[in-house]
Amino acid sequence: MLQITNVEKTFNKGTINEKKALQNLNLTMNEGDFITVIGGNGAGKSTMLNMIAGVYPIDAGTITLDGVNISRWPEHKVAKYIGRVFQDPMRGTAAGMEIEENLALAYRRGKSRTLKWGVTSAEKELYHEKLKVLGLGLEDRMTSKVGLLSGGQRQALTLLMATLQQPKLLLLDEHTAALDPKTAKTVLELTEKIVEENHLTALMVTHNMKDAIRLGNRLIMMHEGHIIYDVAGEEKKNLQVADLLKKFEEASGGEFANDRMMLS
Amino acid sequence: MNAIFLAMPSAISQGVLWGIMVLGIFITYKILDIADLTVDGSFALGGCVCAMLIVQNGWNPWLALLMAAVAGMLAGAVTGILHTVFEIPAILAGILTQISLWSVNLKIMGQSNVPLLNSDTIFTGLVNAMGLKQSNAALIIGIVIAIILIVVLYWFFGTELGSALRATGNNIDMIRALGVNTKVMKVLALMLSNALVGLSGGLVCQSQKYADINMGTGAIVIGLAAIVIGDVLFGRLRSFGSKLTSAVLGSVVYFIIRAIVLQLGMDANYMKLLSAIIVALALSVPVVVQKVKAKKAYSAEGGAK
Ligand SMILES: Nc1ncnc2c1ncn2[C@@H]1O[C@H](COP(=O)(O)OP(=O)(O)O)[C@@H](O)[C@H]1O
Ligand SMILES: [Mg+2]
Repeated sequence: MLQITNVEKTFNKGTINEKKALQNLNLTMNEGDFITVIGGNGAGKSTMLNMIAGVYPIDAGTITLDGVNISRWPEHKVAKYIGRVFQDPMRGTAAGMEIEENLALAYRRGKSRTLKWGVTSAEKELYHEKLKVLGLGLEDRMTSKVGLLSGGQRQALTLLMATLQQPKLLLLDEHTAALDPKTAKTVLELTEKIVEENHLTALMVTHNMKDAIRLGNRLIMMHEGHIIYDVAGEEKKNLQVADLLKKFEEASGGEFANDRMMLS
Repeated sequence: MNAIFLAMPSAISQGVLWGIMVLGIFITYKILDIADLTVDGSFALGGCVCAMLIVQNGWNPWLALLMAAVAGMLAGAVTGILHTVFEIPAILAGILTQISLWSVNLKIMGQSNVPLLNSDTIFTGLVNAMGLKQSNAALIIGIVIAIILIVVLYWFFGTELGSALRATGNNIDMIRALGVNTKVMKVLALMLSNALVGLSGGLVCQSQKYADINMGTGAIVIGLAAIVIGDVLFGRLRSFGSKLTSAVLGSVVYFIIRAIVLQLGMDANYMKLLSAIIVALALSVPVVVQKVKAKKAYSAEGGAK
């Protein structure tokens, strides 16, 4: 369903800050795949997600989604098919707007914005139900400004917003990394639940190797802008953190000690 | 003292008519978080277009007013396109449009000042029918127009499109990721804003019975001062409708203050300085307060004392 072929991206081309962020990147995702993505700092994980989402144009290669070539589409156009949750909880929600207004904006992802009223009462009931499932009590605060919520609450809300309109592909970029361990756990559990219940196809970047092994049906490791390890099914289930470490060290020549990847 | 009271009706009516412009500035400055300097040019543009259509082409003053708004809208589109398509910083894009409008306005009028003389204005009917003074007629019509616009804006910013526009000012990354073309939103907001500014220019032109090439000079600062005054006086009101209303009321208070200082003998030329000081104070006070707080909270002993 998602096909990335020979994609390249270089930032600041032709300057001393030139940085090859993606090179020779290839990935085929099948319907219903839940892939976890690991790799060191600067491996190109976020860039890969940004390229899929059309945040920057790619330099070479093609990206197709369900057969449609989206390689050169701008972000707002790709957004019709893609739900995103970012690492920064501030980035996924509008602080100055109400919870229900945020949800209503997300409910219209990919639809043209008309002069119809922004939040209908039928929607409010839907939001109430959906918020209840989060178990954070947000369903009773639907007209509160999102700026009053905690980081974890905002991240849970962003997750709900990203999946309110069923996306073809859900992109999660270390979306629990900025949260305290307990909240991170809650948000991760919600992620599992939402992905499973809606049969979503998802790419999740994480720096937690145990989560990477435990969650999803497939795992990929990135290094220097491309995928160096791709494992699925039984083989993935039987992986140990030590196996991943070994793979990583083989690829990177033992830079691992400096990296912030979590082993726990 | 008496002179001050006598000056009030005209000050209040001016405040309401300029208040329409403040509604426009509210859209860019408060909702979109852009200081749009097109305003000085598009305000005068509205006045010039309105005056010429009435004096030279004998247009119905209401239609002339409508065209003033359309002209302002086009000016906003130019700034918007410079900013979004060509990625010129918003402030500079606004300055470019503003400066070029000065030449355009001069070209439209062919001279720097066009009096309406005995042409009918939108206020004439009310003056004749009820025997009202010009400034009272301007006040009544101004208030009716302001109320209509506040209601329309309140409705618009509650719609899907209006919500997307508010979100563009609030969190542009988010709303783009939700499929909204934020460039279109910005151009739209600048057009809407400058349409109101042009409309206000047309209204002021008709009420003072002339258009002048310099009538918009410093308009943005007046607008920002009015918003600041509205915020200070009515900032506790949270609803969107009351925020729009306080922008217009801020403008009224601004023109009342202006009338009072002028009556007290201050040179009218200092009014721009005064407006700039009001805005600078309003923007700097929160920053200074923050710094003082941080300084007070600092302790050399550290957290262990
Ligand atoms: N917008 C950008 N401008 C310049 N360089 C960038 C940009 N985004 C990412 N990079 C660079 O590309 C490389 C890959 O970054 P990224 O994809 O964020 O890595 P990861 O998410 O795997 O840690 C890094 O060297 C980073 O500095
Ligand atoms: Mg990253």
